[in-house]
Amino acid sequence: MAKARTSLIRSGLIHLALISYTLIALFPVFLTLVNSFKSRNAIFRDPMAVPTPSTFSLIGYETVLAQGDFFGYFQNSLIVTVFSIALVLLFGAMAAFALSEYRFRGNLLMGLYLALGIMIPIRLGTVAILQGMVAAGLVNTLTALVLVYTAQGLPLAIFILSEFMRNVSDDLKNAGRIDGLSEYAIFFRLVLPLVRPAMATVAVFTMIPIWNDLWFPLILAPGEETKTVTLGAQMFIGQFVTNWNAVLSALSLAILPVLVLYVIFSRQLIRGITSGAVK
Amino acid sequence: MGSLKLTSITKAFGNHEVLKGIDLVVEDGEFVIFVGPSGCGKSTLLRVIAGLEDATSGSVQIDGAEVASVPPAKRGIAMVFQSYALYPHLTVKDNMGLGLKQAGTPKDEIETRVTEASRMLSLAPYLARRPAELSGGQRQRVAIGRAIVREPKLFLFDEPLSNLDAALRVQTRLEIARLHRQLKATMIYVTHDQVEAMTLADKIVVLNAGAIEQVGSPMDLYNKPANTFVAGFIGSPQMNFIDAERLGDRQAKTIGIRPEHIALSRESGDWKGKVVHAEHLGADTILYLETEAAGLLTVRLFGEHRYGADDIVFATPDRSRLHRFDAGDKAIAAS
Repeated sequence: MAKARTSLIRSGLIHLALISYTLIALFPVFLTLVNSFKSRNAIFRDPMAVPTPSTFSLIGYETVLAQGDFFGYFQNSLIVTVFSIALVLLFGAMAAFALSEYRFRGNLLMGLYLALGIMIPIRLGTVAILQGMVAAGLVNTLTALVLVYTAQGLPLAIFILSEFMRNVSDDLKNAGRIDGLSEYAIFFRLVLPLVRPAMATVAVFTMIPIWNDLWFPLILAPGEETKTVTLGAQMFIGQFVTNWNAVLSALSLAILPVLVLYVIFSRQLIRGITSGAVK
Repeated sequence: MGSLKLTSITKAFGNHEVLKGIDLVVEDGEFVIFVGPSGCGKSTLLRVIAGLEDATSGSVQIDGAEVASVPPAKRGIAMVFQSYALYPHLTVKDNMGLGLKQAGTPKDEIETRVTEASRMLSLAPYLARRPAELSGGQRQRVAIGRAIVREPKLFLFDEPLSNLDAALRVQTRLEIARLHRQLKATMIYVTHDQVEAMTLADKIVVLNAGAIEQVGSPMDLYNKPANTFVAGFIGSPQMNFIDAERLGDRQAKTIGIRPEHIALSRESGDWKGKVVHAEHLGADTILYLETEAAGLLTVRLFGEHRYGADDIVFATPDRSRLHRFDAGDKAIAAS
């Protein structure tokens, strides 16, 4: 009896902690969504209120869709994110495979060098990156963003994936070698499917900062043609007047695609975990 | 078809020398077992033969041809791993057929060979399943099937039974023995389990610390161990080693006697002692004696005996079965 009660208190406390964290985390999202559906006056009068028939307004969304090329911005963001993730996963996995599979001189040093990128923020090099992009004629192109984000995502990807690849059975790779698979076939057909959960983790960790980034789009690709969603939303924020309806609506729309991508990857993640457990 | 010749193979990882000059000849159709404690280099040696590791020096010849620069897939070998190492995303049938497919064998030929191998291993009902849907014993049979299908010159087994439970281990051991008779293929098998070695091998290679201690048939090793290491490694329970001086033998340093070659009596005998512990296994009774003359002795009696702790007994060794070793731990030939 006593045991049952204490465990109830304990699980109650755990749930309390988790629920309050969830509320804190979701609160800004909630505020953004709710206010994006209200008229300008209603936003300022009572920011916390849920839209009622009298305060409900789609003016923010109308502004966003009317002004500027928002579908273009979405497209730009998606292109940049998807290409960056693809390149990070491909090159990260290849580098991780080399580091974990082959014994060569400087292996450890190379691993440390690649991991260094986790500790040093890439933004420290902004000026040099900008100079480089100008010299290469890549300013105001999506390629510039993809290149920078790939570089930004690789260190963590290599770090996580090489740890996972060390756990892939040597026997399996050797069986492949005896059966005549090339090193590429071993990498793509045996190793990659086994580290899929880790790939999904890396994809999620890589995707969110890229989608949300404002810094590099602002510096490397501020042109109308190459604007990303986060940068596009900034045009409603003025020095003196901010169109809050439009900003909030743009941000609400910007959540959607990233949510979809997240759901796709996290399903992979769960499937990977269960397939390992049932084995 | 299927002989192997190793000439002064060495292998070093950095400064650590794992294999220190291995010379060995395996005849066609032989079942050879590498046995030794963990870390003795037996698996590394197998990997060198397979081409998964390069030897630091020395030569490997399969069927008289040097294979140093031949990749594993072209050496005409097949390997069975301890962890089965089946491809998780392929069905049993594709697992077995992949090697042939990579080698460009025609489809119907693959089909015939896979069918034949699955018949031999009674795997036919499982051909469409994936490895995750099979039990441990079935997985190991698939791994063996994958080796058979390739029709290799050399079968290499790397501790294939270590992951199986005791009952399955005996069953699979019989299966491997049967396969060897049926296929008449050359097989090289690595294990740390001396029972597997004694029951399967035509020829046992005892390895210790990267060097060969002795090569011989199971009974050779049991009856004429070349040194104390082999004498202690082969046979269970372990051979008793007695300081020769205590027994008044001045030529030898150590005297060895196997537990099953000691007779026991309550009335009279050579060495008087007290039973420290008794293990009753039904078929045998194993007694640990503390004797004045010879120190701690293990005695193995066949059948059931009513000895218990603290009994006073007399042990008499079979004089014709004594092993004598010199100061360098080498056996002294019987005079």
